[in-house]
Amino acid sequence: MKVRVLVRPKEGILDPQGEAVRGALPALGFGGVKTVHVGRLIEMELESADDVDAMCRRLLANPTVEEYEWEVVS
Amino acid sequence: MRIGVTVFPGSNCDRDALHAVELMGAEPVELWHADADLKGSDAVIVPGGFSYGDYLRPGAIARFARVMGPLEDFARDGGPVLGVCNGFQVLCEAHLLPGALLQNTHMRFACDRVRVRVETKETPWTSGCENGEELTLPIAHNEGNYFADPETLARLEDEGRVVLRYLENPNGSANDIAGVCNEGRNVVGVMPHPERVSDPALGSDEGLKILRSVLAEATV
Repeated sequence: MKVRVLVRPKEGILDPQGEAVRGALPALGFGGVKTVHVGRLIEMELESADDVDAMCRRLLANPTVEEYEWEVVS
Repeated sequence: MRIGVTVFPGSNCDRDALHAVELMGAEPVELWHADADLKGSDAVIVPGGFSYGDYLRPGAIARFARVMGPLEDFARDGGPVLGVCNGFQVLCEAHLLPGALLQNTHMRFACDRVRVRVETKETPWTSGCENGEELTLPIAHNEGNYFADPETLARLEDEGRVVLRYLENPNGSANDIAGVCNEGRNVVGVMPHPERVSDPALGSDEGLKILRSVLAEATV
């Protein structure tokens, strides 16, 4: 099966990458962009999704500063 | 005194740290990431660099290296451990130190010499300094922006666990924090590089004040 994990900065954590992108969009003429957050997408092919949550907590995300969600995509 | 220096793929301050240990008058011990023990080290330095290419997050992969098992046991038993730069990031990822190092707020690599204040001499790595003493140390990092939740920050301040503080914040770090210690005070992480100013030939040996502090542990 294929699992997709989305990792992103926790709410309220400063996100310099997101801020830089937010600053760059108006420069290209895209107005009205209020916030941008940049995260990380991780796709894995696995035999079972049993351990995905543990993988997220122990390695894929740093729970101190990041939150994650995951789904089975196929 | 034997002082171990861990070497991960991508570490790049390990040689400097080993050299600094020699200048301190201690015996340098190279600890390969795949080593199963600390080769009798009395203290350990986790040096700077880009362990495992900083893939995923700085320090995230290094914390699962084989040598980290015995290092974590050593740290939990009260052994003196100093993480410098990427080493600080590794110790945070390993939960030996609280918080995390985020990307610098200005999105640029920070390479400079900065003034820092020693906030506590009550650690094995600052015992040779004075409280309030100011040092000039090099920094070189992209993720040096210290973050911890407000409760953790308040606790660090209340318990005097901020070890070094920037006089001018170079990276957006919370409370101008340049270094912290764990609850047991034996594990210290700092973003500035004391090993890069450990020899007059490098322009300064002020970093030795920090590194040499640990020698006092040898008699304890």
